[in-house]
Amino acid sequence: MTLTEKVLARASGKAHVQPGDNVWVNVDVLMTHDVCGPGTIGVFKREFGQHAKVWDQSKVVIIPDHYIFTADSMSNRNVDILRSFVREQELPYFYDVIDDPSGEWKFDASKGQLERQYGSNYTGVCHTTLPWKGHTRPGEILFGTDSHTCMAGAFNQFATGIGNTDAGFILGTGKLLIKVPETMRFFLEGALPLGVMAKDVILHVIGEIGFDGATYRAMQWEGPGVYSLSMDDRMTIANMAIEAGGKNGIFPCDQKTLDYVNERVLENGTKSEFKPVEIDADQVFSYDKVFDLSKLEPTVACHPDPGNRKLAKELEHISLDRAYIGSCTGGKTSDFFAFAEVVRGKTVKIDTVGVPATTKVVRELKETLWGGQSVWQILQSAGVQLTENASCAACLGGPVDTFGRLNKPMKCISATNRNFPGRMGNKESEVFLASPYTVAASALTGHITDPRTFIS
Amino acid sequence: MAHTVTSPVYVVRDNIDTDQIIPAQYLTLVPTIPEEYVKLGAYALIGLPDALYPTRFVSEGQTSTPYKIVIAGRNFGCGSSREHAPIALGAAGVEAVVADGFARIFFRNCVATGEVYPYDSAVRLCDVLKTGDVATLDFDSDTLTVGGTVYSLKPLGEVRPVIDAGGIFNFARQSGMIAGAAPSV
Repeated sequence: MTLTEKVLARASGKAHVQPGDNVWVNVDVLMTHDVCGPGTIGVFKREFGQHAKVWDQSKVVIIPDHYIFTADSMSNRNVDILRSFVREQELPYFYDVIDDPSGEWKFDASKGQLERQYGSNYTGVCHTTLPWKGHTRPGEILFGTDSHTCMAGAFNQFATGIGNTDAGFILGTGKLLIKVPETMRFFLEGALPLGVMAKDVILHVIGEIGFDGATYRAMQWEGPGVYSLSMDDRMTIANMAIEAGGKNGIFPCDQKTLDYVNERVLENGTKSEFKPVEIDADQVFSYDKVFDLSKLEPTVACHPDPGNRKLAKELEHISLDRAYIGSCTGGKTSDFFAFAEVVRGKTVKIDTVGVPATTKVVRELKETLWGGQSVWQILQSAGVQLTENASCAACLGGPVDTFGRLNKPMKCISATNRNFPGRMGNKESEVFLASPYTVAASALTGHITDPRTFIS
Repeated sequence: MAHTVTSPVYVVRDNIDTDQIIPAQYLTLVPTIPEEYVKLGAYALIGLPDALYPTRFVSEGQTSTPYKIVIAGRNFGCGSSREHAPIALGAAGVEAVVADGFARIFFRNCVATGEVYPYDSAVRLCDVLKTGDVATLDFDSDTLTVGGTVYSLKPLGEVRPVIDAGGIFNFARQSGMIAGAAPSV
């Protein structure tokens, strides 16, 4: 069996499963957030009753992260709906914006978008929070009401996005009926050359198989190249399985995985026992291809879809209005470090916006010193508008006062994961997806730029 | 139950993602709150670029559409897992989307909610039909008839009774998988 089949077999109590089988799986973690949580709670109460209890309090994780730093009153209300549900159900894992468990969240627009407006429990983007807080574990099943839930496949688990109705069903029962997907294997050899990042790997692969090339299928990453990648790199790659239509992405478990997960489950007191799935000799794939990482070049997905692949060096004629770094896939500490390497000591030429994925990223950027200056200061000195308010922000547009949102037709290069029309706000805008290196180099020149110009 | 629907069709191309079906700024609406459900219908497909789609799907000031059948290309409903997408279409009055193919989560959300029937077409209808053409969708023969031409659709199979019932919870109750009626709210 493939890695995905092994996780699904175990979770459904079967010795063997194959693609096309419909199986009931036991859920290890259900995650929801402020955009889909209120509707999920609504389905749960409608179907199971006003006084129903969730199936297992320790398996529900609630992370407000999408529309937080906005004066939109319905958005603020939705965070309050989550809080009152958490209180009623006595849920231990809620990363609230405010510290008062019976308070109300209200964003103060008069303080502006850059200054911190959250309490001590707030974390930021759900997919980056889950591993940080010890909720991603090898061999497990994670469902989330968000399509980028597949990011947790980096940790050798089955993780995928679902809708409110399915999530409401899980809240009541702890189970879900799913179809076992076929598996596609992406066998990586070699190591990434200078100036090329994990984002380039996934953009290259999506360009290869197409925007729907993995529809209904699992994307399994294997080969010696995989073990050269950091956990952050693997997250970037797994995150975008959905941009090829994939049901999930999944990586093998190695010492890097175990070290990362063990440290975080202990630090946060979450479940410390888990059982990884190993690679079998008898796997069957519906697609199997070798990719040599050393041959890859800085890659861009052009407007209007993530499969519209070009090389950065072919696009130097495209001038830009904005550069954006942030989101689950592109707003990690390592992403900002890469960005800072390129812009350090220089000045950006276009409007450049940075939104850290989590509050931990904010802290690390402020505490990490390069030559006596914090990385945060280095970015600010280069002209990057950085906010302390970690969230999904303009990656998905959001309410009109969202920081970094494209509120008029613009061309934007972005380290995020999706670029269909209107994704970042204005529907006549054009979004180009690229690595933090490429976004940084392009911010310096004002047009799409191969970052190897600046990296030696 | 009537097993056909006759309506003008609304035609879109490939890769209509969930941001075009219901843009992110409207996700503050909670679908299980009845008045917010209605508002979601008013914004269905409002994210389509105006230059490519000059005819609006839902007219300004209205909450429902005259187009009960949407014809689409490949990968309809790709992008986010937001259930608001099939709900917005259903709330606007759409009965079915007939496409060259669907993204996984959208398809599943159509079935789970029972909001719209997601039909796969054997031929690429978005190249043949234009917005406003009147079509009859027959759920029993799995065909779409336009001006005397009959196009066959891939049967919905086990998905159909779930949508007929109004989603997975209703289906599970009707078929005895879950005991009793829905609790009163």
